[in-house]
Amino acid sequence: MEVETPALVGAPAPEPSIETFRIPSAGFSASTPGKRHDLFLAPSPELAMKRLLAQGMDRIFQITHVFRKEERGGLHLPEFTMLEWYRVGCDYLALMDDCESLLPAAAMVVRDDFVVPLPGGGACSVEPPFHRLAVNEAFERYAGWVPGPCPDPDRFDMDMVEKVEPNLPVDRPLFLMDYPASMASLARLKPNNPEVAERVELYAGGMELANGFSELNDPEEQARRFRTDMERRRELGLQAYPMPEDFLRDLSRMPPAAGMAMGIDRLMMFLLGVRDIGEVVALIPD
Amino acid sequence: MYESSDLRKGLKILIDGEPYIITEFQFSKPGKGQALYRCKLKNMITGYTMDRTYRSGDKFEPAGLEESHMQYLYNDAEGYHFMDTKTYDQVMLTAEQIGEAKNFLKDNMEVDILFFENTPIDITLPIFVELEVTKADPGVKGDTATGATKPVTLETGHKINVPLFIEEGEILKIDTRTGEYVERVKK
Repeated sequence: MEVETPALVGAPAPEPSIETFRIPSAGFSASTPGKRHDLFLAPSPELAMKRLLAQGMDRIFQITHVFRKEERGGLHLPEFTMLEWYRVGCDYLALMDDCESLLPAAAMVVRDDFVVPLPGGGACSVEPPFHRLAVNEAFERYAGWVPGPCPDPDRFDMDMVEKVEPNLPVDRPLFLMDYPASMASLARLKPNNPEVAERVELYAGGMELANGFSELNDPEEQARRFRTDMERRRELGLQAYPMPEDFLRDLSRMPPAAGMAMGIDRLMMFLLGVRDIGEVVALIPD
Repeated sequence: MYESSDLRKGLKILIDGEPYIITEFQFSKPGKGQALYRCKLKNMITGYTMDRTYRSGDKFEPAGLEESHMQYLYNDAEGYHFMDTKTYDQVMLTAEQIGEAKNFLKDNMEVDILFFENTPIDITLPIFVELEVTKADPGVKGDTATGATKPVTLETGHKINVPLFIEEGEILKIDTRTGEYVERVKK
């Protein structure tokens, strides 16, 4: 079922690497007349959609604009279009099956073909199965070290961008999966291996298209992770966000589920073989 | 001071006391990871190129470059001499620093010279220049194996390919960016 959730929120997820647009003193609540609080433009509909799962919905999707400050480049815009979908009673493997259906279907609509030419030459076939590669294995193969459960984030990010991503095969889409436990954010750890989070990223044409996980639905664990993230943000001198209380309260009622977020602009870039996100968006900021 | 979010192609920054220009730029953000700013940089004095990846929070000094409008005077064994039309100061650039531009320099031509701490490091010519053909063999009709062009020599000594109908003494308009013939100039 297609849903719509608010773009204006009182508390975004406190990711250390995502800056959210703040609208100061824009919100007011009936229970505290005369007081104002800040509102934010949602960087993702995730928290809201999980609250819908907690309230009984079981298969939902949304296509909406999301907002992230200071992100601008060939593949980034501060406002872009995201598709997010959630399945109750499933794990991240089901999301991968969804991608293996979605990409071929989209390719047929846009190209009338499963073969997508790549801007740098060569082509990508989107017929399943896609490549599947674990993060530890990818780093061992392309960067010469194994991240394990808690790698140095600077070293991890740098090598991901310099050594791993540029060398991933592009002849078929690829799932990079099983991220270090320290990089799980809202993902559940593997039941039989707590060093690894059930998180997966879909790559096509050398670009990151989607990020999904088996969802964590333990409110205490989630609150603990939020506090760690908020502390990290404080260390980095980044703006502070309120704790997402409504979300945490509903989280205990959320059944096991899996959810994925896919950049629609980037999906179009991939299917059309273009290099710059400006080519698939109608009007862009300077 | 510039910040990482200011980085872009064409920006000129100081690294280890020398001016660099960003020739290629890519913003990367590995999933849920920090922003990384990947640059190809070229040293504007030595021409040396390198790759650097920067993080949020890195700071950069602007390169402190100045551009002056100057007039070409002459060249000798030492190099090419220019004069600032306002101050009458003269500067010299070596043949190496001039590079390809020497093929199109005409007496009194007005150019822009880029300075780094009073050292000239780069020259920008006007986009078009008019130069006389000083030597041209008559084009032999039927010689289409060479693609209907022939080489001629310009007043600067530079050789360039032009259509067969061009003769000695004609004035040509040349695009200094590509070094190519654009059209004949009627005088």
